[in-house]
This record gives sequence, structure tokens and C-alpha cells, in this order.
Amino acid sequence: MSVEVAARELTFSQAINEALRLAMRRDPTVIVMGEDVAGAAGRAHLGLSDAWGGPLRATRGLIGEFGPQRVIDTPISEMGFVGAAVGAAMTGLRPVVEIMFADLIGCCYDQIINQAAKMHYMMGGQVDLPLVIRTAYGMHGFKRSYGGGAAAQHSQTLYAVLAHVPGLKVVVPSTAYNAKGLTLAAIRDNGPVVVMEHKFLGSAAKGPVPEGDYVVPIGKAEIVRRGTDVTLCGIGRMTHVCLEAAELLAARGTSAEVVDVLTLAPLDEATILASVARTHRLVVVDEDTPTASMARDIAARVADKGFDWLDGPIKTVTAPEAPVPFAAVLEALYAPQAANVVAAVDELFG
Amino acid sequence: MAPLSSPSLPDRALLLWMYERMGLIREFEERLKTLVERGVPVGPVHFYTGQEAVAVGVCAALRPGDWIASTHRGHGHCIAKGVDVRPMMAELYGKATGTNRGKGGSMHITDVRVGMLGVNPIVGMGVPHAVGAALSARVRGTDEVAVAFFGEGATSMGVVHEAMNMAAVWSLPVVFVCENNGYAQATPVEYAVAANRISDRAAAYRMPGVTVDGQDVLAVLEAAREAVRRGRAGDGPSLVECMTYRYHGHHQGDETLRYRTADEERTARERDCLRRFREVLSAQGFAVAEIDGIDARNRERLDEAIAFAESSPLPGPEELLADVYVETRS
Repeated sequence: MSVEVAARELTFSQAINEALRLAMRRDPTVIVMGEDVAGAAGRAHLGLSDAWGGPLRATRGLIGEFGPQRVIDTPISEMGFVGAAVGAAMTGLRPVVEIMFADLIGCCYDQIINQAAKMHYMMGGQVDLPLVIRTAYGMHGFKRSYGGGAAAQHSQTLYAVLAHVPGLKVVVPSTAYNAKGLTLAAIRDNGPVVVMEHKFLGSAAKGPVPEGDYVVPIGKAEIVRRGTDVTLCGIGRMTHVCLEAAELLAARGTSAEVVDVLTLAPLDEATILASVARTHRLVVVDEDTPTASMARDIAARVADKGFDWLDGPIKTVTAPEAPVPFAAVLEALYAPQAANVVAAVDELFG
Repeated sequence: MAPLSSPSLPDRALLLWMYERMGLIREFEERLKTLVERGVPVGPVHFYTGQEAVAVGVCAALRPGDWIASTHRGHGHCIAKGVDVRPMMAELYGKATGTNRGKGGSMHITDVRVGMLGVNPIVGMGVPHAVGAALSARVRGTDEVAVAFFGEGATSMGVVHEAMNMAAVWSLPVVFVCENNGYAQATPVEYAVAANRISDRAAAYRMPGVTVDGQDVLAVLEAAREAVRRGRAGDGPSLVECMTYRYHGHHQGDETLRYRTADEERTARERDCLRRFREVLSAQGFAVAEIDGIDARNRERLDEAIAFAESSPLPGPEELLADVYVETRS
């Protein structure tokens, strides 16, 4: 039975949809809010409803099951509706808010970093803040389908500016399986959690997803490929790039271990350090720009706590220190690719 | 002096409660001011003195289960909603017994048990929290109402307009209470706000807006009651603008005469909300001794609050890292 169930495949977005659906069935205080999480709001009398189901279709169908009281289309007011979600979370609801693209956190940054993140601490622990913020990040990289060619203001990987703030948990799923499990864990968490969903993975990452309720624990990295010569540390889509690089390296006789970071804050240092203790080499792969990035944060932590295990410098492979360009030929140069990772490993063994 | 409006006087107990709360706010702020002047390190504070009728008139229209979101100038809102002044004072002293266990200070005093969602010093940012509380009330199937207090300066923040629009679109039980004290820090309202009245803004959001004398607690109460009634009945949000005046600077140490005249301050103080309300009570036949007794009791409460704060323990070093993340029980 369980084998049969595990064989079912969903896309990343379908897995998130299922997580939301299960959480909403289980707990009537879970609500979903955002711009066009349903679409065609107020047009039910014309037979129109659920026009979008979210920008990446992850909330499609929810309004049909749970109604407009719990699946709430908002005006274009990120600061306002994230603020409303904070107030709702303080007063008994568990809102799941969608910010269409991570680039838009500038429109609601205060509510995230000054309000949601700090309330539990600065109020002396008297309020829980069970708020989930889902947002799509990253660029497509190669194909001009959804998420590709969106240029500098719709393609960013802005998780470091969230992970930086104490009190916020930030998770970055990489597969349909962990997208569902991390989303369920985020909804169950009594504090604010940001779920960063890569645009490309939303439709492209298809994989086995068990039915029913399960969580992938927040704060745990996962070793997704065992190896002995070098640790490749990936975040979100970059985990797939690391796996691709590991295949190329294996063909050349280098055994790479791949760690999927999964949670950026609080970071699972132990799993990363334990891997480095075995392989003695580390390459961190991050789609974000390099200054003050997660890549350099992970590198700094390993340099601090794992220096004695290292047989070479820690390498980071990141996007360049530049905004995301529009032209396809330039965009193709932007995000790290497997070849870049292999080149970094080559430097370590060179 | 203009008589206070009294279309239908509230009952005796409510009148006395309002006087007691207004006096308690005044006593709290004035005693705090002397503590600040003595050099007690209470951090940045924004005195509410002069505006007491607004917080109390509004909160007198609320039930215990209703919610309020506050501003940087929030001590008055706290006391009016029923926060105990002892942990409030202890919070200002940074003590473990404070409302926020010494981790928030004046600008973050919160007591959700009495519906007080937090003093909030990022101007305007508490306003959508009230919208969220009202949304929560609806989803949870209760008839709770949420009040958003904000200054006239906050009406220049986009988030306040986003919040008003959402509350109106969703017809939520929110009362937007603008305390127009004439100044955003040292910037006069007539310079910074392109409207004759803040209440004119309400029309843009399909909700009623009124401007009342914020130095007249009964006028504030009457307007608040109507707005709360509308909200509770499911008729949506309202905007109540209360014309008021802060007697002291924006924060401690602010020299008000660098941006307003002594004449203006004197005139404003002639309309003192507490003195006017005391006269109403006298005219209603309350004995002077009874009113004086309330004042005396408020002084004692502040004696007790300060003693409590001074004798309370400091937070231990373990508090530095406690509650960064919310504990999640499975």
C-alpha cells in the first residue's frame, strides 16, 4: 500500500496545493490570503471564480472547497495585507500569505522584519505569531517560459535579507516532496516562516509525494547524495545543479556529497559540518548575489567551526554581483550551472 | 469655556470609570516625566498627556474582548484598555516583571489578554494589525471590533490607506481613530497633510468620517459608540478624527517652543480634557470628595507601580536568547 502511495507523482506546485488543502481541512483557523490566490473575486454570480488560483497556480481550487471567507483575494497592498495577516495571527488565525514574487518584499518589508519577526521576542513571549509567507523567487535560467526573461525586478533570490533577521524562519524547498512537508511544517509552526518557492521548480520539479499529512522538519538539512571527496551545498534549485555537477564529477572519478540546505534560518550547521568533516572540501552553490549572501554565511560558519577538517579553501559559486539581465544570452550566464560547480571543484583539486 | 456635549450621559459607573482612567493616564505620564527628569533610564518615551480623552472615550465604547492597535504614543491606549500600570512601569524600568518581561520598553508595551495588540513605534504599521484582528474576528465567527489608533502624521503613510481600503472592501468591523494633535514630531499638520480634515479621507474609502473635539471625552465616546455599533452590526469601518493636543514634546527632551508658540500651548491647555470632565461630573452632582478620592487613589496606584518597578528583579542573562523563535508544540 505504502509503495503504491509513494509512487504517485505531483509537481512542486501541486504538492504545495495539497499541503494547503490538508492544513485547511484540519484546522479552520488556517486562511490563505494574497493577490489572486483565487482570482475573479466577487464574480461568482457571473459563474466566474478561481480565475488564477495564485500566480503559480498553487492555490487553485482552494476557494471552491473553503470559500471566500478563508481564501481571500487582496487588493494590491502588500504592506497592508501582510500587516493584516500579522494582526490575524496575533488574534487566533494561522494565515498563509502569498507574496507573488520575492522581489515584492520591498513593499512589505517592515511588516516582515519589524513586526512579524520581532513580536514574540519584544512582547516578552506573550504572543505566538503563526504566520506563513509564501513567495516565488529566482529565474528560469534557460527557457523563456514562466519565470524566464523577467529581468531585474521579477527574478531575484532575496532570501538572505530575510534569513538575516532573527525571529524569522526561512525555508527553501527543492522537491515536490519537501515542498509539501515544509509547507505543512510552516503552517504548524507557531512563529513566522517564509517559504521561498523557486519559480522554475514550481512546474518542473515533479516527483513522488505521499498522500496525507507529513512534515519535513524546519531547521534540518538533508544529505541527498553520499560522496567522499567534496561536499556540494545547494539551496533550492541549486541543489539540482549540485546533483547534476555530482554526476559530471562522478564520471571523472570524483565523489561528491550533496547537502540540500532546505532551511536557511535557523541553519542546520551540524549536518553541513558533519559532511565537511567526512569530505574535507566544501563548495556552496547559491543563486543569490554574493555579498552578504547565504553562500558566504555558510562558508564563514564552516571556516569558523570546521577549519581543521578542511583540505582546501571553501569555494562559493553564486550569481554575479549584478542585477538579473533581460536578454536571454545574458540571463543564461547569470545563475550558477553545473559546469561552474565542476570548475570550482577542479580548483580545489587543481 | 464650551460646555461638554452630553446628549445622553452614560451611566454613573461608566462616568466614574472614564474619569478614573483619564486621571490614571495623566498621573502615569506626569510621574513618568519626573522620573525621566531625575535620570531614571526608561528609554525613549512619548508622553500622552493632554490626549487622555481620546483613548478613554474610545475604549469606553469597547468590550473587553475587542482589540486595539496603538501608536508610539501608546501609554494612554494601554491604560484605557485595561493594562495594569504596575507591569507597565516595570517594563519602562526594563524589569523581568514588565508587561514584555523587559524586552520591549515603552515603544512595545503589549497585553493581548486585555486586547491590547501593542504600542507600535513604526508610524502607521499598527493600523493593518487592527484590520487583521477584525478579519480574524469574522473568520472565528465572533462580533469583536478592532480599533486602530494613529496620529495625523500616520495618514501620510501608504499602509494606513491600504488598511482603510481593505477594511472597507471587506466591510470589516474596524474603527480608525485618528488622534490629530497637530504635529508629526516638529512638522505641523497644515504643512504635511493635503486635506482640510483627516476625516475627509473617509469618503475615499466609502466609510463615514467624523471630526470631534478630542478634548471632550463625551464627544469622543459618542462618536466611538456609533462607529463600534456600525462595526458590530456588520456595516463596516468608520473613521473618527479627534482634535487634540499633546502638552509635551514629541518625546522627552523635545523643546516644543522651537516649532509652536507659548500662546498656542496656553490656549490648548485651557481646554484641558480632565478639568472639563471634572466640571461635568460636578455639574452632574458627583461629590467633590468622591472625585478627589479617585485622584488620590490614582496617586497611590502610581506610588505602588513605581515601587513595584523599582523592587522588581532585572531579567537574567538567559532572557537575551529566550523567545527569538516561537516554540512549536506538535
